[in-house]
Amino acid sequence: MDETEEEKKDDEADYKRLHSFPLIRHSDMPEEMRIEAMELCVTACEKYATNNESAAKMIKETMDKKFGSSWHVVIGEGFGFEITHEVKNLLYMFFGGSLAVCVWKCS
Amino acid sequence: ELKQEFTRTLRADNPHAPQNIVRYSFKEGEYKLVDYMDQTAIHFSLNGNLIPKDSDEGRRQSIRSNIEAEKAPVETSVETSEEAETKDKEHTGDTEAAGEGEGEGETTVEAPEAAETVEAPEAEEPPPSKAPEKKLPNQFNFIERASMTPINPLRERGCQSEPIPSKNFSANVNQWDIYDAYVEELQKMEKAKEKEKSKPQTIKVEEEKRGGRKLSHVEPQHIEPITRVARAAKIAERMVTLNTFDDIAQDFKYFEDASDEFRGQQGTLLPLWNFQYEKTKKLAVTAISWNPKYKDLFGVGYGSYDFMKQGHGMVLLYSLKNPSFPEYMFSSNSGVMCLDFSSEHPHLMAVGFYDGNVATYDLRKATSQPTHKSSAGSGKHTEPVWQVKWQKDDMDNNSNFFSVSSDGRIVSWTLVKNELVHMDVIKLSVDGTMQGPEGLQLQSLACGTSFDFHKKIDYLFLVGTEEGKIYKCSKNYSSQFLDVFEAHHMAVDTISWNPYHLKVFISCSSDWTVKIWDHTIKTPMFVYDLSCAVGDVAWSPYSSTVFAAVTTDGKAHVFDLNINKYEPLCSQLVVTRKKNKTTHIQFNPVYPIIIVGDERGLITSLKLSPNLRKMPKEKKGQEVKKGPEVEMAKLEKLLSLVREPESK
Repeated sequence: MDETEEEKKDDEADYKRLHSFPLIRHSDMPEEMRIEAMELCVTACEKYATNNESAAKMIKETMDKKFGSSWHVVIGEGFGFEITHEVKNLLYMFFGGSLAVCVWKCS
Repeated sequence: ELKQEFTRTLRADNPHAPQNIVRYSFKEGEYKLVDYMDQTAIHFSLNGNLIPKDSDEGRRQSIRSNIEAEKAPVETSVETSEEAETKDKEHTGDTEAAGEGEGEGETTVEAPEAAETVEAPEAEEPPPSKAPEKKLPNQFNFIERASMTPINPLRERGCQSEPIPSKNFSANVNQWDIYDAYVEELQKMEKAKEKEKSKPQTIKVEEEKRGGRKLSHVEPQHIEPITRVARAAKIAERMVTLNTFDDIAQDFKYFEDASDEFRGQQGTLLPLWNFQYEKTKKLAVTAISWNPKYKDLFGVGYGSYDFMKQGHGMVLLYSLKNPSFPEYMFSSNSGVMCLDFSSEHPHLMAVGFYDGNVATYDLRKATSQPTHKSSAGSGKHTEPVWQVKWQKDDMDNNSNFFSVSSDGRIVSWTLVKNELVHMDVIKLSVDGTMQGPEGLQLQSLACGTSFDFHKKIDYLFLVGTEEGKIYKCSKNYSSQFLDVFEAHHMAVDTISWNPYHLKVFISCSSDWTVKIWDHTIKTPMFVYDLSCAVGDVAWSPYSSTVFAAVTTDGKAHVFDLNINKYEPLCSQLVVTRKKNKTTHIQFNPVYPIIIVGDERGLITSLKLSPNLRKMPKEKKGQEVKKGPEVEMAKLEKLLSLVREPESK
């Protein structure tokens, strides 16, 4: 019994570890912008692992500075959304095994 | 009167001043005449800018100017001093003039003063004490000067940029969604890695963490889920239809009509599934064919037999596993008249159309367009193509098929690379040439309506025509027939060789008869009159003596020569609606079912009751022999009964 429990915990930890790479679900950004945005998201999420709002704030402000005004960022573990975004300015990705990040520009 | 002289005198008094003003005096209480009137008339007045030197103001100013003169060297701007001095120049002249008043040598005084003042501004360091003494600027003499720059006219200009292109995007994310996505991603990466090397997964994960870029995996993710869903949906659909038609499926598999034992030799046809599709409800079934490889797949061609009402055509492929919806659908402009599956390439299907074209469809490809199509330039028939049949691959391994049409030509089509190459095999010419205009000998062509190739003897085939004749032909001879049978009085609708016996074939016609022949003998062996035009006849694949026919009154008849040579074992109404004619019938090669097509686009599948499927009873002690020899022997026996009197 103990062994199976341990196994389960291991599995959980395992998949968390295995699944924590950034996985882009949908994006229509140009290549460089996408890479930059993804790395920014990863940095922000890692830095503010406990506070989604601050992470989102950091991402939004940096994106505004770099790529122009009116970016929007949503970070969470379970949500549904319907958004209008400027063409070639959307990134939707998973990270850290349980976080989903959606970044889009719309002024 | 003109010479009268008037004297006028110039007087100094003001003509405008009234002479006789009366004023009321309160003192005396009466009006008094005012004697003296002021005669001053002002012609011109001008306010001067001069202040008398000796007046208060003048004195005040001179004191002030003395104070300022001490400060004068401090002032640096030349302009202001020049200005002040030029001003002074004017005013000192005037003030001097005013001050002296009586004009004593005004001009002489002015001139030297003017000269002095001119000198003063020129020398920046004139004795300041001297110049200021004479300067008495009028503090209140301000010259107003104004000027206005030209105003630039304003113009309004507006512009609007195009709105930034935007799109909507929506998604839903849950924990399981994320988990699934990661798992899938990992699996994909595993597969990719396996192809290169075999690495343990943990090392790969570390590499990913270092690399961290999954950019190439975005696109394939979108395609795979859809195809997988399609497969899953297909399986689910089949399960659902199986559940819906559960009783039919049970009947199909297990039901054996027990009442057959009591019926003597009669049998029944148990209706199973009905196959129909909305788009084909107005079309008649013109062809049915089973796929040689997949025993539950059959193709149905839809078109119209009515000459006047010709519309589009369709080919639908149904599977017995899913009676509610066709597996494949192909539509065409012209009605489909016949179709055939290639036994060597079960994915290839040949179709003949009402407009004389033929086409092949490849079921492996996802398109609904034919892979090859004949055209007016490439030798299509000029009349409807009534039958197509595949042949064995020729020497170059190209598939080829034959087609027969009412234009009297039998054409062989070969699929060479991407084209359909045609070759006229035979022209069905009628005996007796006709006289055409200008004395030309015209050769009239018979209209072929059906044909069938011999199973074993490759070159031998039979063609039925609209006139009711059956020609026995060989592929090697293109102009002559081997033999002619005067078969029917009306068009021969179907010809079919017996699957076991090498010499026997069956033919049916709209003249109400079904005839069984031995191709060596000119007269038919068996003749059956079914009292209604026969649409189609088919041999059963399991027995050499069983065959089925459909008539246009909606009935299906099953015969077994072994049991009853003169009457059908079963005559059953297949379609319920009136005015619905059954057009085609086919046996399934494996299962004991037949499918019947009718004019309303409906396919009915029926199960043969055991009586119709009887194998010959084996005598005790004898082994049960199965196989074609037994069948052949069976039929031979029957034929010999019929033949003997004739051979005499």
